[in-house]
Amino acid sequence: MTNDEIIEKIATVLAEEFEADPAAITPDAPLMETLELDSLDLVDVVVLINQNFGVTLKGPDFVGIKTFQDFYDLIIERVNGSK
Amino acid sequence: MANRVVITGMGIYSCIGQNLDQVRNSLHEGVSGIGLDPARKELGYRSALTGIVPRPELKKKLDRRKRVCLPVQGEYAYMATCEALENAGIDADFLAAREVGILYGNDSSAEPVIHGVDIIREKHDTAMVGSGNIFQSMNSTVTMNLSVIFNLRGVNFTVSGACASGSHAVGMAYLLIKQGLQDCVICGGAQEINLYGVGSFDGLGAFSIREDDPAAASRPFDRHRDGLVPSGGAATLVVESLESATRRGAPILGEILGYGFSSNGDHISVPNVDGPTRSIRMALREAGVGIDQIGYVNAHATSTPIGDYNEAMAIADVFGSCRPYVTSTKSMTGHEMWMAGASEVVYSMLMMQGGFIAPNLNFEEGDEASSRLNIPNRRMDVGFDAFLSNSFGFGGTNSTLIVRKFN
Repeated sequence: MTNDEIIEKIATVLAEEFEADPAAITPDAPLMETLELDSLDLVDVVVLINQNFGVTLKGPDFVGIKTFQDFYDLIIERVNGSK
Repeated sequence: MANRVVITGMGIYSCIGQNLDQVRNSLHEGVSGIGLDPARKELGYRSALTGIVPRPELKKKLDRRKRVCLPVQGEYAYMATCEALENAGIDADFLAAREVGILYGNDSSAEPVIHGVDIIREKHDTAMVGSGNIFQSMNSTVTMNLSVIFNLRGVNFTVSGACASGSHAVGMAYLLIKQGLQDCVICGGAQEINLYGVGSFDGLGAFSIREDDPAAASRPFDRHRDGLVPSGGAATLVVESLESATRRGAPILGEILGYGFSSNGDHISVPNVDGPTRSIRMALREAGVGIDQIGYVNAHATSTPIGDYNEAMAIADVFGSCRPYVTSTKSMTGHEMWMAGASEVVYSMLMMQGGFIAPNLNFEEGDEASSRLNIPNRRMDVGFDAFLSNSFGFGGTNSTLIVRKFN
């Protein structure tokens, strides 16, 4: 999977699951606020990422994640081994 | 001084209709809600018979967080409660201003439990179960979800009393209001319908296997009954003190006069005559009405050989020569289990309002016990002013409610 493919898939599944406007999901947009996520929702983010990428995130992985780009970088690193 | 307790709202989501108008029509016309779920046979069920209830579409009604926490019986309960609140004239402002409670009967949530355990076994990672599963899995799922959805601030817990759960929930709401501890309580019962909820029940051989004619399978009191038909859905009643209802100009649909209860102290699954008899007598005593004032008895009768026989004996013993009309609406709905005690109050209320008694479908020939009762197998266009509703459950739990037209 290319990095662009990963980014597109993340944006698509998050928008669909959390019923967000896809246009609001931009690299610099804040992840939590844009998707209106609370701590319970983060559990579902973990499930979604596992289902779609086979990657298992843990709570500490979210430390420092502010924007969608931060999150894309995390997943790309886990899937492809680098940003 | 004890408060008088009235019903000011009702809502129903069942296999004979998904709102009051549809259900009223089904009762009037004697329509069965029973069908087949072939997938049950693939799972090893002895019987594919079940009440058929469409799944509500809630995407435009509730946000994602609220939806992911709701199991199917919670969805049914949400629909029934929306209808009940609407016709009780209760809106969000009222709920915000008052301490309205919720007491709901529910005694299982099998599908999310099984689904969650399956994931843990496969993934060996509990996080993969997702955020909604715990809230769907607990017995208190209906009350915990509806109290959040409707911002309820009064009493809040679930009543688990097997197949009498819904009836006990209404009874508990009645007692809290009668004693002045609550002004208004949303109460009812909910029952899941899915592939897993009644598998172990099916394994006991308790279900009818008359699969060639689903509408004829549930035949309470009939000599040739061969077991119950599992069903489900949800029913909600808004129960309120007369003073509260009068003050806000609410529609008063009926008055709860009495609640009786008892435990058989006997076999875990085989009912007896003594326990139900004591429950019926207690309800009559609490209501302060004579047996001649009960125009209609909505029986628990589920279409099992021993259960119907013993209930018929109990009713016949209590009512003697009075012989009020007795039917089991389970002949149309199947056994709505945790929901039944509440839904059967709704069904009886609709009949009392409409001046008719729905037929006890499939009652063709009585046995030694049911022949002692006055059981119509066609609709009776007769009015009645008060009814008695029985609900019994595993472990020998019994509940009886008496409701009268308000005057």
